Amino acid sequence: MSSTPEPTTDLATTELVVTAELLALHRLTPEEYARLRKLLGRTPTLVELGIFSVMWSEHCSYKSSRVYLKTLPTTGPRVVQGPGENAGILDIGDGWCIAFKIESHNHPSFIEPFQGAATGIGGILRDVFTMGARPVAILNSLRFGLPDDPQNGARNRALLDGVVRGIAHYGNAFGCPTVGGEVYFEDCYTSNPLVNAFALGLVRHDQIFLGKARGVGNPVMYVGAKTGRDGIHGATMASSEFDDDALAKRPTVQVGDPFCEKLLLEACLEAMRAGCIIGIQDMGAAGLTSSSCEMGARAGTGIDLELSLVPQRETGMTPYEIMLSESQERMLLVADSGREREVQEIFAKWGLAAVVVGRVTDTKRLRVYDHGRLVADIANAHLTDDAPRYERPAAPPVGWLPDADARRNVREAELRNAFPIAARHLSGKQIRTDLRRLLQSPNLASRQWIYRQYDHMVRTNTIVLPGADAAVIRIKETRKAVAMTLDGNGRYVFIEPRLGAALAVAEACRNLVAVGAEPIGLTNCLNFASPERPEVMWQLREVIAGMGEAARAFETPIVSGNVSLYNETEGRGVFPTPVIGAVGLVEDVRTVLAPRTLPDGDSVFLLGTTGEDLGGTEYVRRLLGVVAGPAPALDLAAERRLQQCVLEGARRRLLTAAHDCADGGLLIALAEMCFSAHGKAPSGMVLDLPEADGELSRAGFLFGETPGRMVVVVAPQHTAEVVALCQNYGIPSRLLGVVRGDRLTVALGEETVLDEPIAELEHIWRSALSF
Amino acid sequence: MKFGVVVFPGSNCDHDTYHVISKLIGQPVRFIWHAETSVADCDVVILPGGFSYGDYLRCGAIASCSPVMRAVRDHAAHGGYVVGICNGFQILCEAGLLPGVLLRNTGLRFCCDFVRIRVERTDTPFTRAYAPCEVITLPIAHGEGNYYCTPEDVRRLEATGGILFRYVDAAGQPTPVANPNGSLHNIAGILNAEGNVLGLMPHPERACEEALGSSDGLRFFQSLMLTLRDAEQQRRVPATVTVSN
Repeated sequence: MSSTPEPTTDLATTELVVTAELLALHRLTPEEYARLRKLLGRTPTLVELGIFSVMWSEHCSYKSSRVYLKTLPTTGPRVVQGPGENAGILDIGDGWCIAFKIESHNHPSFIEPFQGAATGIGGILRDVFTMGARPVAILNSLRFGLPDDPQNGARNRALLDGVVRGIAHYGNAFGCPTVGGEVYFEDCYTSNPLVNAFALGLVRHDQIFLGKARGVGNPVMYVGAKTGRDGIHGATMASSEFDDDALAKRPTVQVGDPFCEKLLLEACLEAMRAGCIIGIQDMGAAGLTSSSCEMGARAGTGIDLELSLVPQRETGMTPYEIMLSESQERMLLVADSGREREVQEIFAKWGLAAVVVGRVTDTKRLRVYDHGRLVADIANAHLTDDAPRYERPAAPPVGWLPDADARRNVREAELRNAFPIAARHLSGKQIRTDLRRLLQSPNLASRQWIYRQYDHMVRTNTIVLPGADAAVIRIKETRKAVAMTLDGNGRYVFIEPRLGAALAVAEACRNLVAVGAEPIGLTNCLNFASPERPEVMWQLREVIAGMGEAARAFETPIVSGNVSLYNETEGRGVFPTPVIGAVGLVEDVRTVLAPRTLPDGDSVFLLGTTGEDLGGTEYVRRLLGVVAGPAPALDLAAERRLQQCVLEGARRRLLTAAHDCADGGLLIALAEMCFSAHGKAPSGMVLDLPEADGELSRAGFLFGETPGRMVVVVAPQHTAEVVALCQNYGIPSRLLGVVRGDRLTVALGEETVLDEPIAELEHIWRSALSF
Repeated sequence: MKFGVVVFPGSNCDHDTYHVISKLIGQPVRFIWHAETSVADCDVVILPGGFSYGDYLRCGAIASCSPVMRAVRDHAAHGGYVVGICNGFQILCEAGLLPGVLLRNTGLRFCCDFVRIRVERTDTPFTRAYAPCEVITLPIAHGEGNYYCTPEDVRRLEATGGILFRYVDAAGQPTPVANPNGSLHNIAGILNAEGNVLGLMPHPERACEEALGSSDGLRFFQSLMLTLRDAEQQRRVPATVTVSN
């Protein structure tokens, strides 16, 4: 860029008239504008105002959450890259690493479900392959209003349908399997659905790439799709609550092209292997703006850009539009000087353009030129480190009792009111009816209708297919496999934020153990309502504390994450919904516990202690229609011991199968283990349980959701060893019965309360969530 | 003997197919780039699954016009074996190497699942390792797998044994319930009149290891391997005769 003129007086002469309206349009407060002006030492140009508005948006700056996020555990022996890059990276041995991250695409998906969800997948895939990792698995976590809601059901189903089609459209064509995830339905998500996408990639330890613009004089290259006017101000849109105008914001949602992304992936990985790339970053939220100033900031360098060189899809685009466009499938990379042609040849092979649009400088500034005229000149630090940080007012909701025991007592009384103790001694007939109604609950029913629309097998690595506690991907080059799951029960977090977040981490790790994997790291997506409300800020603070506490207990560092705020419409917010992504490692793929047909004669054990934990359960929500009662207590030490116990059982190959016993309770867990899976035949069980007594009611025993429990199935020759193993870990094990026949038969004391054909139960469960 | 796996921009199952041939049946194999103009070094050319050229316009339509397809046509015309799996099947239909067309699934949704397939003939180069009328389990993963052709074509296919694979139920019957996409006559795979070009929607390459849920697809590749081995031996026998003369 030697021909580029030095900063001219153009910036000052075209002084912008900054009105309150203009600031509101850019979602900048008067205080933020004053800060901006002071940092800059002058009035910004319109381009600069746009740049500040996106970089200082909640979405890019984490200005409300950063003070708390700093408290999370992010280090550990396996951590290669913690938060702050495009994705977190863990070392899994033998020279291999995994890169993974979760991100929200909530706002765009509500405005335009198909493209909103599709581009969410596109974005998270780019976050992973920009690190040099080939994406090998996608998960998604979804929340909608109830599909059977009399008033909004049709719209809720349409949103679900659009989102699932969008994910399928992008993931299937891109060629990365969508191997699992979760979906839950609750009223509070009716006008604010949540769409969180997770991707995991594999990379050799010595081939990791970072988003750093190193080497003064190196060319900055633009690769991928051309820039259009789509998605301008997407990041600011995602940083505000919805009002009646939401649908008018449709042009801020981008349109995805998975084919282009697939080519971009192959071209980027090939150029990386060739060694001609120094640093690379996805142009995601805030597009060219964030990629250029962040790459410069991370490397302590600057970047000069000439916008007339940027490939454009439309004519007459202004510098403002080019800098703020969120057109998809674009990357910014810094190439090794002199090897531009090599980069161009590789991209040309894949039918993509690679254009030099700037240079790395030593200025530590982002300087933007349009046909040689300087239109923006900002220190990188002003856009990143100097962005506003808020310690927003945080306070518990009105009526929150500071004493935990007092809170629990009040909630227990509330639950007794809704579900009296006497009513919890369910008759056999009630148990049969309740089980059927629960199996039909959209929160418990089979997700087959959804995952059948996703290609979950491409690349032939999926060892544990969707529908299990966690998905497992083998690594062909090694004997290892990686397990992954997403979990987050918003109901518990709503009741008791700190505990609810810890419960989510515990459940995520438990789900990994259920497939025989050791939890090694976490990512998270924090979906909250408006941070400008003190109780929401308080929830956020509590959730981060609870998540950190549990992550420390399980020694699972949090290496990446995303915060999505302002999930509220017309003053109604979502449940605070932290979605935990947990990743586990299996050293020997042969020890993976996949759902299977259970052999007749194997024993069924329940590990862990069951309490009268009906508060916040699916049973109480679905059958009594209320969210009531306390969240279950969590004993982190006992939970850890349970998980280590089951993991050792899996590694020593003592277990036929294992299953988390949580959502819906024990009876649902047992039924799920009996159901067929991916062409495998169903099984039956004959269970002889002691009559519930004392503190524990029949409803509590069969439908309570006490954490720290798992069901394991054990072959006769291993039962003694498993019982001894549990004793070693101090985990109570209770023999429930045996695998036999094709019915689920349950006796409580003298009374046979259930004797149902599995085929019939499975039919109810499998057909409930299908539109 | 040698296998070739064509790579179009947007091919997704190229590496999976390569893996099975190179690692699981241990045969020589190479990738064929879509811009190549000769496949003369390959005995079997496989068009793998995926979304070639984004499947824009119509599934397989753009790929059918790519440079490599001219070479694939020549290869087929000279009796070489050609296999199109999923998107590859769509490409072969678009290229006119197989009759008919693949429409959108009747459910109007992408469908990824294990399905039961009946092997209709075992006297072909592609199926000789299966038992007659054997019912096998293979995955499907497509949004456009609904096979359709003219009444004359389907009559001819039925009459000449052109239907090699059919979707069936647990009892081995081609019922409507067993049909995942609405295909005419439950057709899952067809053979051309000359018997050297095969197209099928199910993915045998995804079912070659028990750990992945089924290994029924392995014998598909083993069949081809046996066919090539026999052909090689036949070539070698006359050669020996010449020497003794």
